[in-house]
Amino acid sequence: MLNLVVNGNRSSIDVDPNMPLLWVLREHLGLTGTKYGCGMAQCGACTVHLDGEAVRSCVTPVSRATGKNVTTIEGLSADLSHPLQRAWIEIEVPQCGYCQSGQLMAAAVLLRENPHPSDAEIDDGMAGNICRCGTYPRIRRAIHRAAALMAEGKSR
Amino acid sequence: MSAATAVSRREFLKTGAAATGSLVIALHFSTLAPSEAALAAPASEFVPNAFVKIAADGAVTVIIGKSEMGQGVYTSLPMILAEELDADWSRVRCEFAPVDPAYNHTVFGIQMTGGSTSVWSSFEQFRKAGAVARSMLVQAAADRWGVPPVACRTENGFVIHDASGRRTSYGELAAKAAEDKPPAQVALKDPKDFKLIGKSVHRLDTPAKCNGAATYSIDVSRPGMLVAVVARPPVFGGKAKNFDAAAAKSIRGVKDVVEIPRGIAVLADGYWAARRGRDALKIDWDEGPLAGYSTEKQRAEYAALAKTAGAVARKEGDVAAALAGAVKTIEAEYEMPYLAHATMEPMNCVAEVRADSCEVWAGSQLQTLDRVFAAQAAGLKPEQVQLHTMFLGGGFGRRAVPDCHMVLEAVQVSRAARAPVKLIWTREDDMRGGYYRPSFFHRFAGGLDEAGNIIAWKQTVVGQSIMAGTPFEPMMVKEGVDGTSVEGAADAPYLIPNLYVDLHSPKLPVPVLWWRSVGHSHTAFAVESFLDELAYAGGKDPFELRRALLAKAPRHLHVLELAAEKAGWGSPLPSGRGRGIAVHESFESFVAYVAEVSVTPQGELTIHRMVCAVDCGPVVNPDTIEAQIEGAIIFGLTAALRGEITLANGRVVQSNFHDYPMLRIYECPQQIEVHIVPSTEKQGGVGEPGVPCAAPAVANAIFAATGKRIRRLPIRANDLRSS
Repeated sequence: MLNLVVNGNRSSIDVDPNMPLLWVLREHLGLTGTKYGCGMAQCGACTVHLDGEAVRSCVTPVSRATGKNVTTIEGLSADLSHPLQRAWIEIEVPQCGYCQSGQLMAAAVLLRENPHPSDAEIDDGMAGNICRCGTYPRIRRAIHRAAALMAEGKSR
Repeated sequence: MSAATAVSRREFLKTGAAATGSLVIALHFSTLAPSEAALAAPASEFVPNAFVKIAADGAVTVIIGKSEMGQGVYTSLPMILAEELDADWSRVRCEFAPVDPAYNHTVFGIQMTGGSTSVWSSFEQFRKAGAVARSMLVQAAADRWGVPPVACRTENGFVIHDASGRRTSYGELAAKAAEDKPPAQVALKDPKDFKLIGKSVHRLDTPAKCNGAATYSIDVSRPGMLVAVVARPPVFGGKAKNFDAAAAKSIRGVKDVVEIPRGIAVLADGYWAARRGRDALKIDWDEGPLAGYSTEKQRAEYAALAKTAGAVARKEGDVAAALAGAVKTIEAEYEMPYLAHATMEPMNCVAEVRADSCEVWAGSQLQTLDRVFAAQAAGLKPEQVQLHTMFLGGGFGRRAVPDCHMVLEAVQVSRAARAPVKLIWTREDDMRGGYYRPSFFHRFAGGLDEAGNIIAWKQTVVGQSIMAGTPFEPMMVKEGVDGTSVEGAADAPYLIPNLYVDLHSPKLPVPVLWWRSVGHSHTAFAVESFLDELAYAGGKDPFELRRALLAKAPRHLHVLELAAEKAGWGSPLPSGRGRGIAVHESFESFVAYVAEVSVTPQGELTIHRMVCAVDCGPVVNPDTIEAQIEGAIIFGLTAALRGEITLANGRVVQSNFHDYPMLRIYECPQQIEVHIVPSTEKQGGVGEPGVPCAAPAVANAIFAATGKRIRRLPIRANDLRSS
């Protein structure tokens, strides 16, 4: 049995320890917001946080997640109140939406480490996430907007 | 309809629904009958037609038969209906329709989403659906107050009688309105009175796409469901001779292995086991007629074919004589590869076949056909199949497949395994699974007179037909010409006196399909690039030459001039930079781009700026149009700079995003500007028309910056290096 803590909830699961975390999240825990895109850490659609670090859950054996806090898009905020979610909605980032969970989870780490990123720093931090619909210009704008929302929140 | 007046509401609705069985639906009120699902509505709910429900609490649900793949119909179609309904937009939600003739495409006659047609083909239908509902709510209020309906007005979800100061919400009127019959006629608003249409409105699907709640078919789960992964032939047209499933079945979690016509399916309790099981199958393949085939072989075959006469797609004047008499002739060959749609959500489908019914969950763009094929595979009638349209994790045409293989495979596996099945294509399966934009070869000869004017244009196009072998062939292929192979070339708008376009459509087992912008995805690159070549050869400015040749094409001309003006065409640029221009009509919309680029001596390309002008007729949601154009530019540039599916030894070489790369955020144009032309002309589409001009605008800018002419896509760094 493997013990996992996902979005603050504990669970014990009987699976092959080599199974990628992605499939445990999606198929065993019903957390389908994290997406399968490539299975080889190329597209970033499966990005989740392990103790706050962005990882590609499609190539992360579930055994690596035991003893760590796993955060998925469902745990970013339940009510869309995270500054990134607010900015994403304000700027109308998503089109098909399939990659956006991964984009948001990657952006959350970027902003935590660098609260005021430049365009170049955004490009660098988001380089691992593909959007086939081409929402990149809006992702840039929305990350700047989220940075501003976070700064406003702190100055209040 | 008059026979229905004496019967109850529900019977009336059923009578109306039965009357809509015809294949092609015209814009009259019998088309507004409710679907079966709408008939199941609670009595307190007001369901005036197939497209809208109003609940007692005032919630307005708009039902759309179109698929949401990112293009925004989940918002734009409700906007159209809510406009005429005078609904409170904050109370409007949207849901996907079941498969029902009520939702058939008003032009194509089946339930489907494609061809950038959703808004214009639904515009009148959704306006009328909203106006009928509004009229019935007004009547209900007028009856209640004992005043004439004309004394009432509507605003933001209320009926208001100004003379008495009374107002009642739509929710309060819903039950009463539900007792009445729809009016025979309704008046529509004067477009100048539109409050919603034409304004940027927040998308209804965005919140669910920011917290993981949006459900795609790959997210669907059913009790007792198994996950299937299919081994398909490594070469298109091949088939399994025999297979050994012993090793696969020994993997923990693998439950079954079944053969279906398109391959061998491994079923397991989850994706990971199914995938490992599939990898453990031992299969002896008959590779079929494409064994040993390669892209190099195809290029040579197509180049040879292009030197022979094909089926004539357009003929003006006498091109042979004009070329013979030209002061200067230019010849050029352009090549474009196979392209994969590479939707972020790989192909997948959930099917649950039971003895007397079947349910399917799919990101379908072609519901009517998908349901027919599902029924055949399940041994049922179409009415026994319930197809749930889910959000599409990208479409671009890939989820409208005339052979319905995505749904078919899942239903076949579910029936064979006697279990609900989610069939998932791995990314590699998806990339190597075919249904590509065909590879194309264009051979040109152009002739100029002494003044540099174009007097002759000969273009021979070579590439597989998308329509051949599909139910659409009789409609789309005329006298050997598949219109989608030459669209954008055979109907090029330029005033050239001697013009000749012909087509070869070689048959190959590589499955091909429409890919965002279809034929325009290659014709615009070829035509706009070769026109640029002729401009420079004749000593003319590429913008001014286009202006002259478009004198009788006002909408082309307008977007061309607007893009040039906004981009500062002709103004000085920093050293090393160049501008390129392209203009193209597709899906009844008109688009022009000016690209501004620079290239390092090592061949590194930077796209500094893309300026776009678009005329798609009257606009519904401007922000969606901007988003579609931005995305289409990046989609088009991904193909121009990276996209290439090649064959070696009969096999597709590429497999995943490492060798079929997408443009990433740092590779995007540094600046994209979208200028929408205010227009009262006929509405066109917007999902696809942004794609075609991206490649030629950039390629023409590369020529302006470096003198290097790009004639083969994708653009290779080697093509751009100075030394």
